[in-house]
Amino acid sequence: MSNHEISSYHAENLKRRMRYTAVFAVLAAVFLIVTVININTGNVDISIDKILKAVFLRSGTKDDLNIIWKIRLPRILMAAILGGALSLSGFLLQTFFENPIAGPFVLGISSGAKLIVAFLMILVVARHGAVSSWAMILAAFAGSLVSTGFILLVSRSVRNMSALLVAGIMIGYICTALTNLLVTFASDSDIANLHNWSQGSFSGMTWDNVLVGGIIIGAATVLVFLLAKPIGAFQLGEAYAQSMGVNVRQFRIALILLSSILSATVTAFAGPISFVGIAVPFLIKRALNTANPIVVIPATFLGGAVFCMISDLIARVAFAPTELEISTVTSIFGAPVVIFMLIRRQKGKR
Amino acid sequence: MNKGKKEEKYYLHLDGLSVGYNGKPVIRDIEIGIRRGEIVTLIGPNGAGKSTILKSITRQLSLVKGQVVFDLKNLSDYSFRELSSRMAVVLTERLHPELMTCHDVVATGRYPYTGRLGRLTEEDERKVDDAMRAVQAEEIGNRDFNAISDGQKQRVLLARAICQEPDIIILDEPTSFLDIKHKLKLLSILRDMAKQKNITVVMSLHEIDLAMKISDRIICVHGDKIFRSGTPEAIFREDTIRDLYEIDNGFFDPMFGSIELPEIKGKPEVLVLSSCGTGIPVYRRLQKEKRPFAAGILYTNDVDYRLARLLASQVIWEEPFYEISDRAAAEALGAIESCGEIIDAGVTIGPGNRRMREILDAAYASGKCVKYRGPDM
Repeated sequence: MSNHEISSYHAENLKRRMRYTAVFAVLAAVFLIVTVININTGNVDISIDKILKAVFLRSGTKDDLNIIWKIRLPRILMAAILGGALSLSGFLLQTFFENPIAGPFVLGISSGAKLIVAFLMILVVARHGAVSSWAMILAAFAGSLVSTGFILLVSRSVRNMSALLVAGIMIGYICTALTNLLVTFASDSDIANLHNWSQGSFSGMTWDNVLVGGIIIGAATVLVFLLAKPIGAFQLGEAYAQSMGVNVRQFRIALILLSSILSATVTAFAGPISFVGIAVPFLIKRALNTANPIVVIPATFLGGAVFCMISDLIARVAFAPTELEISTVTSIFGAPVVIFMLIRRQKGKR
Repeated sequence: MNKGKKEEKYYLHLDGLSVGYNGKPVIRDIEIGIRRGEIVTLIGPNGAGKSTILKSITRQLSLVKGQVVFDLKNLSDYSFRELSSRMAVVLTERLHPELMTCHDVVATGRYPYTGRLGRLTEEDERKVDDAMRAVQAEEIGNRDFNAISDGQKQRVLLARAICQEPDIIILDEPTSFLDIKHKLKLLSILRDMAKQKNITVVMSLHEIDLAMKISDRIICVHGDKIFRSGTPEAIFREDTIRDLYEIDNGFFDPMFGSIELPEIKGKPEVLVLSSCGTGIPVYRRLQKEKRPFAAGILYTNDVDYRLARLLASQVIWEEPFYEISDRAAAEALGAIESCGEIIDAGVTIGPGNRRMREILDAAYASGKCVKYRGPDM
């Protein structure tokens, strides 16, 4: 037995671990910085020492406290949680379809969720005035599953990934068209609500939202992490995964359910958000130089959080006081990444 | 198969099995019993269903009829997890893992033995290294799996299966991209696994010559059934192979395990005089030039005879260890007369075949005879 090789393996392992640590450190640092900047900037600028006092000591002027605690903090947290969920959902779909360009938005899953939520809002808001977070999430989940079901049906007969993506985009269009149809015939008071939501934004988040979203997404993320090992096996393809002891059938169902819950929760709170689910896992995997789910899952979540927080910041301040749709920002940053991926894939083919 | 044999406890028993896709059988009524530590090879033409059978054994396909019994237990009663530490596979399908080194791919073989986070222990690491060394892939350990050649990938996947430490290993055409050296290496690895560690090997091979040399048992898949099965000695006969692959444009020589193109038919234009293998390069060249030729005078135990039989349009032969008969001599003289060219590839003359001297003299006297000077460079 040669000790030389084992030690060379150790060296390689050490190098990898250092890289992982560096990536996580950078993400965490950016997270903190963006959080501070996010609280700091807006219509009312609040200085950093006031922020720290307000957050940790709950002291300051009443206005500052209100702005920080009631508006900015829940919004930032929600952007972080939902961004993480969206990225993770994308990562799961990419694993499922064995293709890095799959994501909840391009496959029409977010749009499906949007359709059902819109339907629910028009139906319920007219009679009862408000819809609970849970009902919204449930509706979004149902819509996600319907879209996913369609995609799965198509994927049965189409093995070709680009055809599948086109099918997903078409489903997205159909759902959006139906949503627009609903909006057209809804009464004005319903629309105001619906319109805001369907544009996609992290604005108007409450602590209640944060709690509900945090619980669902937290639970789903833990479950995803527990699936890290079979996800790793699945990266070698279905047949090898099975020979490694993965019950492929059950695993696929778990994957679809979890990715649907994650993206549905996002859609329920913030509307459909594009490209985060594709761009973030891709960037994270390059940064870590591995696809090993044990590290990719937490890093993707953190990366998605940072990505959405930055996007939200830009959406808020770029053309203040006019706020941009969140998807406007995520598309501008996310879509080029996807194009870059496509070009690389084409080059990679021999 | 007789009754007594059937009651034997097989390690892997394909019992009245029909396999296929979507409930439609491709191959019916498979009845194969495999003992522990045996190497069993499926051969047969492309598309015969070798992979279908293997995929049914690995549970990638659901069975159409019958059952697979593995170590006295129905295969479908095993959980995937249970099976994973006992059965390893090497498949034909292309793998495109993202950002994985060859070492990472091999290490996935340890999956059934690692904890929830899939971390490798020292022990696991050692086994991965051993497996990589066994297939001579140590030096590519740190390279990206997608960046290596198909042959290297096959070796890495074999290493992966080895470090999974299975009791049975299923391989679908494991040699297709390997060069000669690594083909031989693969076969000797499989031999060692089977004979030293008592691991059962079931695989499909295209190279029937290799199949013949490594297998304890051969299963011929053809049409919608098992065409024949048995020991290599029983299976590798000229007619069986010809029927199995429906070869009508060539021959299989069971003694050498080689495949030959068919003879060039017609009246011989060239006579090749040779013995003890000197004629073989000349035959091959004439074959390539598509010129019909006669070969002689060859004892039927001469290595030249074995090939001339398949390639020459006329073979002038003699019983081994006899003096050359008048019949053979007359035939040879006739050929000297009728052929436009005579090649003396080198004939060893001893007391038994001393009449060859007379034939050679006649050949040179005709003025048509040239001495073969070895291969052109």
